[in-house]
Amino acid sequence: MIGNIAVGLYGIPVPPVTNSFDSIATVTVGAGGQSSISFTSIPSTYKHLQIRGFAKNAQTTYAGDNMQIRFNGDSATNYSFHYIEGYSTNLVRALGSGTQTVALGLHNALTGSQAGYSNVFSAFVIDILDYASTSKNKTVKTLGGFDSNGDGNIQLASGAWYNSTTAINQIVITDETSSNFVQYSSFALYGIKDS
Amino acid sequence: MAATYEPIATQTLGSATGSVTFSSIPSTYTDLILIFNGGADGSGINICARFNSDTGTNYSTTRLMGNGTTATSDRVTSGSMIYGTVLSNATLNSNAIFQINNYSNTTTYKTCLIRTNATEVRLSATVSLWRNTAAISTIVLSPEFTGNFTSGSTFTLYGIKAA
Repeated sequence: MIGNIAVGLYGIPVPPVTNSFDSIATVTVGAGGQSSISFTSIPSTYKHLQIRGFAKNAQTTYAGDNMQIRFNGDSATNYSFHYIEGYSTNLVRALGSGTQTVALGLHNALTGSQAGYSNVFSAFVIDILDYASTSKNKTVKTLGGFDSNGDGNIQLASGAWYNSTTAINQIVITDETSSNFVQYSSFALYGIKDS
Repeated sequence: MAATYEPIATQTLGSATGSVTFSSIPSTYTDLILIFNGGADGSGINICARFNSDTGTNYSTTRLMGNGTTATSDRVTSGSMIYGTVLSNATLNSNAIFQINNYSNTTTYKTCLIRTNATEVRLSATVSLWRNTAAISTIVLSPEFTGNFTSGSTFTLYGIKAA
């Protein structure tokens, strides 16, 4: 190596910029766990939404579980999803379906609570594009996964909600097995402006 | 609504450099995002990172990669750094975005997501674990702690604070 650069954060401050990324609401799960995460009364004043999270569930059967999303309380088969995931040495899988009752948050990439997974949480970033449009269907993309030093799953997922006329004003996130999200799981909803 | 996504610090390399360090990271944000744009002086070298100067074998990584022909995945257990993927060689045609959610909590291990794109080589999505419950206050980036970042590479650290 030729040399190293160290950046002291307080020594080289970056000037503030005009911000277009707002924190709307956050849910942090307490000691008792929580079966679903809800964001309601979402204002339609942003261009896009982003959910940034850190979570695991309480089930002890699977190393990774599915995290699901519904919009505006719609539980009908108005969703689809596809994903590609890597989960071991040369184990790549791509699956999907066009008729679902949920959009996909994570597939097999929400950390469970088996022995050996203590303190291991999934991280994810979910983007919901043009969520307030009343003229086109809503699309979702996710980057997320977990690693537990010997097991893990990283994936890119996409989803759609086939409702072109209604702005998204409610988001509910659940685990596929109806397992609780455990303490310290957190879900933060942000709004991204376009002007 | 509370505006967030603030730039914390940035660095542009004036010469080939082995590592870049962001230190004294405040614990006042919820998530960190670190954006790299540049390359490495050498072929087949991955962008890597360590937290809080920990050089022990306390890191692990699961990766999904595509090289233009095939999709593959791999895993590193008990490694001494976290891995993105191979950077472009002696050009500035690579980028990587690190997402470090809940970096300042002192209860859980830390999980980091990385999306790396090296135009001439491959792209990847990565999830890594640092088996330590300490808040992350220092991030060191390097081409595997053996190579150099190409002159002109840029690094910017952002903080996001939830309401």
